Amino acid sequence: MSELKLMKGNEALAEAAIRAGVDAYFGYPITPQTELIEYLMSQKTEERTGMVCLQAESEIAAINMVYGAASTGKKVFTSSSSPGVSLKQEGISYIAGAELPAVIVNVVRGGPGLGTIQPSQADYFQSVKGGGHGDYKLYVLAPSSVQEMSDFVEDAFDIAFKYNAPVLILSDGLIGQMMEKVELKPQQKRRTDAEVIAQCGSWATTGKTKDRERNIITSLDLQSEKMEARVHRLLKKYEQMEKEDLRFEKINCDDAEYLIVAYGSSARIAQKAVEIARSKGVKVGLLRPITLFPFPKKQLFDLADQVKGILSVELNAGQMVEDVKLSTEFKVPVEHFGRTGGIIHTPEEILEALEQKIINNGSIRHHKTRESSIL
Amino acid sequence: MTEEIIIAGFGGQGVLSMGKILAYSGIMQDKEVSWMPSYGPEMRGGTANVTVILSDDRISSPYLKVFDTAIILNQQSMDKFEESVKPGGILVYDPNGITHHPTRTDIKIFQINGSKLAAEMGNKKIFNMVVMGAFLKIKPIVKLENVLAGLKKSLPERYHHLIPLNEKAMKIGMNNVTPYQVASQFAHN
Repeated sequence: MSELKLMKGNEALAEAAIRAGVDAYFGYPITPQTELIEYLMSQKTEERTGMVCLQAESEIAAINMVYGAASTGKKVFTSSSSPGVSLKQEGISYIAGAELPAVIVNVVRGGPGLGTIQPSQADYFQSVKGGGHGDYKLYVLAPSSVQEMSDFVEDAFDIAFKYNAPVLILSDGLIGQMMEKVELKPQQKRRTDAEVIAQCGSWATTGKTKDRERNIITSLDLQSEKMEARVHRLLKKYEQMEKEDLRFEKINCDDAEYLIVAYGSSARIAQKAVEIARSKGVKVGLLRPITLFPFPKKQLFDLADQVKGILSVELNAGQMVEDVKLSTEFKVPVEHFGRTGGIIHTPEEILEALEQKIINNGSIRHHKTRESSIL
Repeated sequence: MTEEIIIAGFGGQGVLSMGKILAYSGIMQDKEVSWMPSYGPEMRGGTANVTVILSDDRISSPYLKVFDTAIILNQQSMDKFEESVKPGGILVYDPNGITHHPTRTDIKIFQINGSKLAAEMGNKKIFNMVVMGAFLKIKPIVKLENVLAGLKKSLPERYHHLIPLNEKAMKIGMNNVTPYQVASQFAHN
């Protein structure tokens, strides 16, 4: 039986993890993510499902506990917010290199440094361009509602185990701390040891038996040929992700003359901007990448033939806009708009930016005259 | 139906919990809901506010600049949010502690003396439910029975004996809300 609840995004994600039959969580508190670990602790998960929840002594300890637990084929995750996720990067790189399934949650706050505890999307580069060292990528899911905070937990683990790769859920302080109606999925049983061996026995350290070779978990390969083969294996996975597991949402794009690209919390605010623009007869569409890697490159490339200009709306100083430009290969003007420092842009600010940076600039380039006023 | 509401006052007045109860009532009435506490520089100085949206459709932005209704519980919030009410919208406020009363004539303004009425009931904590009753009298977007069902679902069982008190407070609010007429020398749009 599913049930409806009013929950914060952080709480919904935590409850969904328990219900998804996750085996372990290791984390460390930090605003605006703390409700997640607090909720898990309040649920006495060891009694409810046998799930281990541990507050580690630091973020670095937590991610290395994830590394260790993931090596055994267990479903394990950690969460933090921006400064804490920076600390985890070494561990994330090792997990990617050792090809282990794990889920990392980042409830982003403003930076750099300790920055601010208010919402931000300034960790886009860190999330999709590596973050840690080496040739690896994370599969990145960007929830834009409390419902998606809940739903994406299971999706993230499915991907992590499909590819034996770490998956990042990139949220922010707005989605993490707002409350919405959420439909929770029914409780699933945690896998038994036999089921873990059946699923992961070919690679996980589940205890060597006489009839098989040792399973070794490592990210180290001192033989260059073997290491290059490992890198190529990773690249193959990323290609397959792009083919099979890209996710995005198009809103009002069919007849759009102008396009906004936004993910997560910004996509929600941008959708309101689209509604207001449409009510004034201006044909604006919204492309919402749900996965940031893989990125909807082809969709943007195609839309660039249809629209007069694109505004990338992000709560940062301009990060995803680079991928939008690369994807559209400079066929149309692409501009960035976003507030920083923890300030959230209003739908009206987005419209103003669209008008100034795209509609008016576009018309100077193509039509010489100002063609409409949205506000 | 979409109703976009800002509730603003001091921290400790029950602003956030009033929003939560309203949101829960919306769920009981099959609405989409969002509840977003105050963010950004406006938090400084001890004021608290929450944006609550109830809608029959999927809610886009949980963060807004203009609102259908503003429920205002202190002077700082009046200064900040009177201008945020959409033309034709509603402003409900508690006159207690207000030195500069609202002056707009293009919106409907109502007063509810929530702090006084709650004090008369002998429980100042019930203040927010008096104000909630006043709002629901003006805009019955959720039924009283659904507010009570929402309270029952959101409150831990040890507090369920307080639900009748909450119901009484809302009814007092409903019976005591009055339209406020802006004096002509202050009026502006």
